[in-house]
Amino acid sequence: MMEFLAMGGYAPYVWGSYLVMAGLLVVEMLQLRYRRRGLMAWIRRMARLRAQEEKQ
Amino acid sequence: MSERGIQWFRFTAPANFYDLAGHLIPWFAALTVALFAVGLYLGLVVAPSDYQQGDSYRIIYIHVPTAWMGMFLYVLMAVYAAIGLIWRIKMADVMAKAIAPTGALFTFLSLWTGALWGRPTWGVYWVWDARLTSMLILLFLYLGYMALHAAIDDRQRASNASAVLAMVGVVNVPIIYFSVQWWNTLHQGASITVTEAPTMATIMFVTLLIMVLAAWMYSVAVVLARARVELLERERNARWVRDRLEGGQT
Repeated sequence: MMEFLAMGGYAPYVWGSYLVMAGLLVVEMLQLRYRRRGLMAWIRRMARLRAQEEKQ
Repeated sequence: MSERGIQWFRFTAPANFYDLAGHLIPWFAALTVALFAVGLYLGLVVAPSDYQQGDSYRIIYIHVPTAWMGMFLYVLMAVYAAIGLIWRIKMADVMAKAIAPTGALFTFLSLWTGALWGRPTWGVYWVWDARLTSMLILLFLYLGYMALHAAIDDRQRASNASAVLAMVGVVNVPIIYFSVQWWNTLHQGASITVTEAPTMATIMFVTLLIMVLAAWMYSVAVVLARARVELLERERNARWVRDRLEGGQT
């Protein structure tokens, strides 16, 4: 296991590549999820307001 | 609302795209996970070390896929931008805009992994080599496209102006591809070409192809998801959006 992590002495380069890539892909997906959630909340809020106005 | 007759709004392009993409995304996501799992296992565990570069060469399994995706996605973005500009198809602009951040991300990652591979191999993180420089320009083209699209308030003008930028920038893609032949600087030539057998061991070649496919599937899933959000944003007052939300469908 230690040998695997050491990557023949190239650990900072190999893991520095793989982990940054994994991290940025996760950030991209999370950012998209937050954007979507915020938008959904806005649309629902507007729908509720519209429904209230129609009642009055 | 419960009585559903002929729902004409269902046949409009944005609503159809929204539904279809929603069905497709889980499949592409599953393929992404499966391919990355196999590719990472093969690349980091199964494939042997390189006799010259030791384990540092393993960066190739993400360096090449990210670089290819950076270029593929740029061409795809420019094609969509052109379709949007010529035929005034709004969905095409949505797709082009949705591709840009993922393309920029992959281009950045190819530069990043290249720097971390260059350091142990060449002794430097960065040189103004033709391949590296043209790749950096690709990143700036993506960022320029995104900035221009965001800077113009009028949607049609933003779409047109950024489409022209995307199309002009396409000239950079063949420059990147041929840079290793035209300028004989530091970056090595292609190990994989369409016309010749790859100059690498079979296990490495297969692993690389799996990682490229994984990056493709990831791109499709994320771009479709971003296009859906983009559509929702643009059409948030449209009837079909309201109907889908009220139906509990997202």
